[in-house]
Amino acid sequence: MPSLKDLKNRIASVKATQKITKAMKMVAAAKLRRAQEAAEAARPYAERMNKVLADLSAANAGNAEAPRLLAGTGRDQVHLLVVATGERGLAGGFNSSIIRLAREHALKLLAEGKTVKILTVGRKGNDVLRRSFRENIIDYVTFREVKQLGFAQADEVAHKVLALFNEGEFDVATLFYARFQSVISQVATASQIIPAKFEVSEAADASAALYEYEPGEQEILEDLLPKNVAVQIFRAILENNASFYGAQMSAMDNATRNAGEMINKLTLSYNRQRQAQITKELIEIISGAEAL
Amino acid sequence: MADAFNFELVSPERLLVSEKATEVVIPATLGEMTVLANHAPTMTTVKPGVVTVKLASGQTNQYVVFGGFADILPSGCTLLAEAAVPMSEINRETLQKRIDATKADVNAATSHEHKTKLEEYLSQLTDLHGAILPA
Repeated sequence: MPSLKDLKNRIASVKATQKITKAMKMVAAAKLRRAQEAAEAARPYAERMNKVLADLSAANAGNAEAPRLLAGTGRDQVHLLVVATGERGLAGGFNSSIIRLAREHALKLLAEGKTVKILTVGRKGNDVLRRSFRENIIDYVTFREVKQLGFAQADEVAHKVLALFNEGEFDVATLFYARFQSVISQVATASQIIPAKFEVSEAADASAALYEYEPGEQEILEDLLPKNVAVQIFRAILENNASFYGAQMSAMDNATRNAGEMINKLTLSYNRQRQAQITKELIEIISGAEAL
Repeated sequence: MADAFNFELVSPERLLVSEKATEVVIPATLGEMTVLANHAPTMTTVKPGVVTVKLASGQTNQYVVFGGFADILPSGCTLLAEAAVPMSEINRETLQKRIDATKADVNAATSHEHKTKLEEYLSQLTDLHGAILPA
């Protein structure tokens, strides 16, 4: 049975922890709002880009001379997994769910006899994946020092990916990140970025035929595809960022609530014990007086 | 009074402008072009340069864009710029930084094709530098 002093100390320590988690929750909530705004602001560009490319790629379907970023290398032997995770932990299952998805994917590919290369974005994913896929990790990008995530960071990652592709280092690239659904739900997602895939809308085909292209269809496509890779990565990073704060917020909310429960329990047993001690002292005094 | 159309200037980070305009001058790769209302549907790549927008309200705004592409329809014009800054906010340092970064890329480029493309971009940037910020 812990003594009164022990209980008092434990209550104080849980209270201190609760203060920290509460503060972290509020910070995460504030940052989440900003991250969500950033993700929303980036949407028009990505949507337009997708629309234009869907039109163009529909027109280029079956073209033997289509750029390799669209048509692929014709093989699917070497896979590049771009795994984007957070820089920090304390965000519930955020990092681990992305990592689990990437790991399953990698193991499946390895079982099929394919070669897997991994590029990690974010410290957490790198730390964990390094344990089981040490030889597969070819590069690592971190945004630890970056205060405000911008397009420049996504561009940096895209540069690396494109350079690897141009050197023929891989055939298929897949991007792993957490899609932001709501504050309480973030879904780990895998999306293929090379060769590029687009959702073609129904109306697209009719209008595409009327366009005039300057310089040429082919040139525009070649110009846009690398940009699209950067845009996809940028979007993934922003979604990831929003997801991270969402996950952190709900994790810290839970932690605060748990700490509250614990404080209640501890206070109850503290009071009981205090009462028991008082009763014991009273009995001693009374029985002492009776003996006289 | 010329007809107005929707003009949108979008960068990856945000939507910069979405307004009614009567006339937009775009620095397309094959030369500057002026877009008026009811333009034929055109898709063009854009080089680093200055975009001049004449709004329906009569006001004229200028933006510096760093490459991208434009999607022109009879009903509107969307310019997707890799980066865009209002003319008034551009300064020598940011531009110079961009030029230096591109120079570093040129030196780091491995494939010949890539290098040529970057060099072209660099010369466009330098042109722009000379044009908007006379020494």
